[in-house]
Amino acid sequence: MWNSKHESMGREELTHLQQERLIALVEKLYSRVPFYKKRMDEKGVTPKDIKTITDIAKLPFTTKQDMREVYPYGLLATDINEIVEIHTSSGTTGKPVVGAYTRNDIELWSEVMARTLAMGETTKEDTVHNGYGYGLFTGGLGVHYGARKIGANLIPISGGNTKRQLMVMQDFKSTVLTCTPSYSLLMAEVAKEEGIDFDKLSLRVGLFGAEPWGEGMRREIEDKLKLKALDIYGLTEIIGPGVASECMQQNGLHIFEDVFYPEIIDPETGEVLPHGEKGELVITTLTREGTPVLRYRTRDITYLMPEQCACGRTIIRMHRLLGRTDDMLIIRGVNVFPSQIEEVLMKIEGTEPHYQIVVQRHGQLDSIEVQVEMTEKLFSDEIKDLSSTEKNIEAEIYSTLNVHSKVKLVEPKSIPRSEGKAKRVIDKRNIQGGRS
Amino acid sequence: MKIKQIAVFLENKKGRLAEVTRVLSEAGVNIRALSLADTADFGILRLIVNDTEKALAALKIKEFVAQVNEVIAVEIEDKPGGLSKILDVFEKENINIEYMYAFVEKHVDNAIVIFRTDEHQKMIDVLGKHKIGIVSNDVLKNL
Repeated sequence: MWNSKHESMGREELTHLQQERLIALVEKLYSRVPFYKKRMDEKGVTPKDIKTITDIAKLPFTTKQDMREVYPYGLLATDINEIVEIHTSSGTTGKPVVGAYTRNDIELWSEVMARTLAMGETTKEDTVHNGYGYGLFTGGLGVHYGARKIGANLIPISGGNTKRQLMVMQDFKSTVLTCTPSYSLLMAEVAKEEGIDFDKLSLRVGLFGAEPWGEGMRREIEDKLKLKALDIYGLTEIIGPGVASECMQQNGLHIFEDVFYPEIIDPETGEVLPHGEKGELVITTLTREGTPVLRYRTRDITYLMPEQCACGRTIIRMHRLLGRTDDMLIIRGVNVFPSQIEEVLMKIEGTEPHYQIVVQRHGQLDSIEVQVEMTEKLFSDEIKDLSSTEKNIEAEIYSTLNVHSKVKLVEPKSIPRSEGKAKRVIDKRNIQGGRS
Repeated sequence: MKIKQIAVFLENKKGRLAEVTRVLSEAGVNIRALSLADTADFGILRLIVNDTEKALAALKIKEFVAQVNEVIAVEIEDKPGGLSKILDVFEKENINIEYMYAFVEKHVDNAIVIFRTDEHQKMIDVLGKHKIGIVSNDVLKNL
């Protein structure tokens, strides 16, 4: 544990700390950020109304759209000269979201990333192979700062050039791998082609995040890369990576709730839900200085797990992401998350987690085609066998999701590989009013 | 005696079959017989070649999913009723044929037909019983 004081604090003491920090945050935002003052005024709430942590429910939410509208500096809560670093989201669907960091924010980020790396038992003896992209994207530098705080040997290799990644991994005996889960599988493929055996490498643990991935993909990664794969969670709007992470128990992600306060809400009504109930994750940055965020709606679906973890940390856990409120496909009235399709595929012997979902609308009816890559194990010289494989997968998808799909077997490597986030869904429907 | 066949998975899209033949041609492999079975989405190409190992290696380098299976090559009199006679035998002996296709070259005066069944040993026994010639790998190679 990197920071046992804050990671294994008593509940009462922690609540008290969160409360103090929330009260100070609300006062600051109300007086310094016109955007938040306006929102609070609209809701008829003032800083005086916030006395306990549960009063947070009185405060307005912040959405990605809000953050875009005030681009670039509308959420700044400090003098611009205090800012030492800027990060943004990719902005592929509009103006990017901006995170502005003061010196203290960078220190906070280093701290939570040191805690994250320490979840994988990273110490100064480790060599951290950082395959997250460097630049405006938060992944690369987040891991960088955390590893530096721990004093580990950090290899800032960034993404891409997979053959070189493997060479460096061999030569510098990397022990901790950080990259997106889909990129780790691409590494495994290239390693196979190059005749590199992961058993002979020194990798021990991998911290994977920045895109949704399921238990099936975890087994695949652990099996192919011969390491323990941990799920880490973060977002540019909050700080980048370092919001929550799995420990070696691999049973839920510990949220660093002394600094990032979590709530689960009903995405339709905005009502706060009790622990254990599934809903949208909302986070408030309790101590950020540059661009603090009040009740940010992450659009990620999960639930909170208040039971104490075997690792000794007392901070709350959230279940691995169950989906997104915006990635959620609604097919003939049924909610479908791409991660559920992945789970189904992983249950079928011989399939690999390379798939793509194509959604189409014929007349008024939506249909989904799930493209699955052919593998040596699935293949047969007889049409009837391959047709029955397709039918089996269709039946499994139906029994899990209650949605009819058409499964199409495609040639290996025909689904585009990604060095960053994998694109799982191609939605060919032209539906108006779709979010972002 | 069973002979080796290569089966290759092909997506139903332009140029895939041509790609297979190009790969084999570059590897110096000669195609002796082939059959293509297809559905709306995909096809399975089955090939008898002069060098199975070489062909398989060349296809795998190009990321094709391919596997080697065993099939039976049978000599059939090259005259009306030749195939029908053999199929009658299989029917009487209750042998189910998954698929079949014909060879391009002849052996002496006989045509050669490839059979795939789930009961290869039974088929071999039946062919022996009815004195129908089976073609060996060596004969095929030298055609």
